[in-house]
Amino acid sequence: MKSSNQIELTAGIFLALAIAALVFLALQATDRGVVSSGGYQISATFTNIGGLKPKASVSMGGVTIGTVERIELDPQTFEARVYMTISDAYSDLPEDTSASILTAGILGDQYVGLEPGGSPVPLQDGDQVLLTNSAMVLEQMISKYLLGGDSQE
Amino acid sequence: MLSGLREVGRAVLFLGQAISRMRLNKNQVGETLRQIYYAGARSLVIIVTCGFFVGLVLTLQTYDTLTRFGAADAASTVLALSLFRELGPVLTAILFAGRAGTSITAEIGLMRATEQLDALDLMAIDPMERIVQPRLIAGLIAVPALAVIFNMMALLGGVFFAVFVMGNDPVSFWGNMQNSVEFGRDFLHGVGKSIGFGFLAAWLAVYFGWSAKATGEGVALATTQTVIATAISVLILDFVLSAFML
Repeated sequence: MKSSNQIELTAGIFLALAIAALVFLALQATDRGVVSSGGYQISATFTNIGGLKPKASVSMGGVTIGTVERIELDPQTFEARVYMTISDAYSDLPEDTSASILTAGILGDQYVGLEPGGSPVPLQDGDQVLLTNSAMVLEQMISKYLLGGDSQE
Repeated sequence: MLSGLREVGRAVLFLGQAISRMRLNKNQVGETLRQIYYAGARSLVIIVTCGFFVGLVLTLQTYDTLTRFGAADAASTVLALSLFRELGPVLTAILFAGRAGTSITAEIGLMRATEQLDALDLMAIDPMERIVQPRLIAGLIAVPALAVIFNMMALLGGVFFAVFVMGNDPVSFWGNMQNSVEFGRDFLHGVGKSIGFGFLAAWLAVYFGWSAKATGEGVALATTQTVIATAISVLILDFVLSAFML
C-alpha cells in the first residue's frame, strides 16, 4: 500500500501529463483556430453557387484565407448571396477583388477562389465583392455543348 | 420496461441528492486527488496500450481504404478527426467503465454489504459527501484527462505506422493533419464530449454501487450493470451530443 503522499503525487503527475497532452494536441495537431478566431465579413452574389456549402474554404492563390459563413437567396434579385469571413491577417484585399466558385479536383469540394484586383482601396468589413463568376454546373455545360449548334452565341 | 424507467428515475434522484449534498472543504481535495489516482492514474496502462494500437490499426485501415481512391494523403486527417471527435472520447469512456467504473461500483457495493455506509451515517458523517462526491468529481476530471492521453498515444501509433512501416514523410503526414483539423469544431468538441462521458460513467458507477443489494450476488450484478449501462448510455449520449455539435 502506497502512502497517501505518494498517491497524491501520482495523481498530480497524472493530471500534469494530461494537461501537457492537451496543450500539445491543441497547439500542434490543429489549426489553432487561426481562420475561425477572428476576421471581417464580406459578401458576394452569384447567379448559381453549384454545390457550395457553409464552412467551405475561401482561398486566394491556393492559400486558405477564410471560410464561407452562410449562404442565402436574395429575395429581390433571386441571386445567391454568400457571406464569407476573411482572416484579419489579410485585411488589405483590394476593393476590386473578384470571386469565383471553383472545384478542387474533378470530384473535390467546391470553394470560393478570390482573385486580387489592382485598386489601392482595401475591402472593408461588410463590403460586397462585385465581380463574380458562378459555379460551373455540369448539366448546363453539357446541354450548352449539345445544343451549341442550334443556339446562337 | 416500467422497471427500467423506474431505475432511470432512481438514478436521477440519486444524482440530485448527491449534488445537493455536495460540500466543499479542504479534506475533500485530498480525497478527490486520491480518487483521481485510483480511477485515473491506475487506468493509464490500459488507456496507453489501447490508444497506441487503435492508432496503429486505424492508420493501417485508412491507408488501405484511401489508396483505392488515390487519397492516401488524407490518412492523417482521417486519423486525427476520427480520434478527436469520436474514438478518443467514446473508447476512453468505455474502457474507463471497465477498468475504474467496476471497481468504484464494487467498492461502494461492498461498503453497503458490510454496512460501512450505515456506520458512517451513525457517526454523523454523510456518506454522500465522504464517499460519493469525491468519486463523482474524480470521474469528471479523470475521463477527459484519459481521453486526451488516449488521443495522444493513438496519434503516436499512427505516426509510428505511417513513418516506420509505410515509409511516409513525417512532416507531410503531420502537416496535412494540422491544416484540416479545426481547433474549435473538432478538438474542443471532442474534449467537451469526454467531459460529458466522464460525468455519465462516474455517475452510473457510483449509483449502481450505492443501490446494490447487500449480498455478494448483488455486488456482482451491480458491477456487470455498470459496464452495460455505461456502454449503452455513452453511445446514446454520443449520438445526441454529436447531433447538437455538428
